[in-house]
Amino acid sequence: MSDLWRLTGHEAHEGLRRREFTAVELTESVLTRVLEVEPQVHAYITVTADVALEQAREADAKYASGTATPLAGIPVAVKDLIVTKGVRTTAGSRILENFVPPYDSHVYEQLRRAGAVMVGKANMDEFAMGSSTEHSAFGPTSNPWDISLVPGGSSGGSAAAVAAGEALVALGSDTGGSIRQPAAFCGVVGLDPTYGRVSRFGIVAFGSSLDQVGPIGRDVEDVAVMLDCIAGHDPRDATSNPEPKPDFRNYLARGIEGMRIGVPKEYFVEGMEPGVRARIDESLRILEQDLGCTVDRELSLPSTEHALAVYYIIAPSEASANLARYDGVKYGFSDRTGNSMWQNMEDTRQGGFGVEVKRRIMLGTYALSAGYYDAYYVKAQKVRTLINREFQAAFERYDLIVTPTAPTVAFPIGAKLDDPYAMYLNDIYTIPASVAGLPAISVPCGESEGLPVGVQFIGNFWQEGKLLQAAYAFETAVGWANRVAEVGGSG
Amino acid sequence: MALTTDDVRHIARLARVGLNEADVERYAAQLTVILDHFDALSRVPTEGLEPTAQPLPLFNVMRADEVAPSLPQKVALENAPEVEDGYFRVRAVLE
Repeated sequence: MSDLWRLTGHEAHEGLRRREFTAVELTESVLTRVLEVEPQVHAYITVTADVALEQAREADAKYASGTATPLAGIPVAVKDLIVTKGVRTTAGSRILENFVPPYDSHVYEQLRRAGAVMVGKANMDEFAMGSSTEHSAFGPTSNPWDISLVPGGSSGGSAAAVAAGEALVALGSDTGGSIRQPAAFCGVVGLDPTYGRVSRFGIVAFGSSLDQVGPIGRDVEDVAVMLDCIAGHDPRDATSNPEPKPDFRNYLARGIEGMRIGVPKEYFVEGMEPGVRARIDESLRILEQDLGCTVDRELSLPSTEHALAVYYIIAPSEASANLARYDGVKYGFSDRTGNSMWQNMEDTRQGGFGVEVKRRIMLGTYALSAGYYDAYYVKAQKVRTLINREFQAAFERYDLIVTPTAPTVAFPIGAKLDDPYAMYLNDIYTIPASVAGLPAISVPCGESEGLPVGVQFIGNFWQEGKLLQAAYAFETAVGWANRVAEVGGSG
Repeated sequence: MALTTDDVRHIARLARVGLNEADVERYAAQLTVILDHFDALSRVPTEGLEPTAQPLPLFNVMRADEVAPSLPQKVALENAPEVEDGYFRVRAVLE
């Protein structure tokens, strides 16, 4: 009973349904695990133990009355840019250190309706800008598999919490890889849905044409259950898809024989570690020989090499506009030592934003400024069109595209902090799908140097069902799913 | 192209981000490196291509113009650094 934190969400739901244990017992087990490993991992900015126990008691009432749905009583980590009424939401930034939202985000409303239990608000790179969670104003998160390494980012707290058993599942957000890359580094499954699949209402905005909330879990089934909960139309987000969403869990056990898989040769270039490459080659062999897919390694997406530049112009441009709201006037940190409003504003933003956020605001402001707008921002938007077209042409011939999730395994804390461009290169395989608004999932495919490696499946618009179907078959064939990092805790 | 320290000060002013001298030097160097990597974009032929603002084929998503409750004033002001008579208070705007 004391090891309930080791269960997946769907296993725990079965146990709760059969009354083998209660949601309060499950939550207490996870909270004990948090106490035990959090000093090493630091997956959370805020642990919400009281909220969790209250929600667990409500979930137990649902099980008692026979009204419990799959997420009832399941402990969830919620990335700290998802606003939660009455619970501090910082986005990893000093500028929001004391911000207590007066309303709930759509996705948190959905979790509440499903009876999920919030363990806490997960650590993240400030405003989701980063690939290592080192850019949190509240200190870095460690990778549960080796605490000297980063967990990836920006949803590093969410991925680490799931990998370490500090939550059964988690919500993250993905703008250029922020769910998939930390999922790969932490040996968990992470899905970035189609742009518009999940409402952005109540999500602290970074790059509004790119941001999506998505699930992280220890296996594909949990990710499908979470997506079923958070997806669907919300009139408060004008880009939210009004079409009814399918039942994603229905896709899992269908098998993938005959699926056509394209492997873009532009992804197999300099910079990919040999150990990662070996795992991806092995993954392609499994897809072809064990699962009966056709694998074509001659797919060409020539504009891939420009996706990084397109992303690092468009996302900072949107960020520079979105972050203009943090002015020290309406909420958040405010430096009022100077004697004019404008001085207060500059001082507030100087002291409230960290080094990477300022760097991106500067980059975006420059790309949007007079004389450079056409050369950078509009040019990037046009190349974005080119990238989209190449993907659309590819999906006329293939069901899915398979790539590595990241070029390396998790790297040491501090290794890339002084070289922002090297840090940006972490996202080289996740950015193209983000730029095109396509759904993509990272699934563990084994290890290199004792650390998890992720393979990425990219689908066409609204094809999360097909992605989950392939990821589930692949996960079963690889046999790596559902591993918990011990973190030197109870072994 | 190389960004000068004056360029950085100008951008910081536009963005209303205070920077110290060490920040100015560091950002000038780092942004120059990053922008150099972006120069390859200028060589991509894009004649006749429309810019993509967001990936979905969406145009003018409208909703009914209906009155709905918003946050009460008291709640909206709860996170404010300084409040006076139901307003956000700031220092002098005109110098």
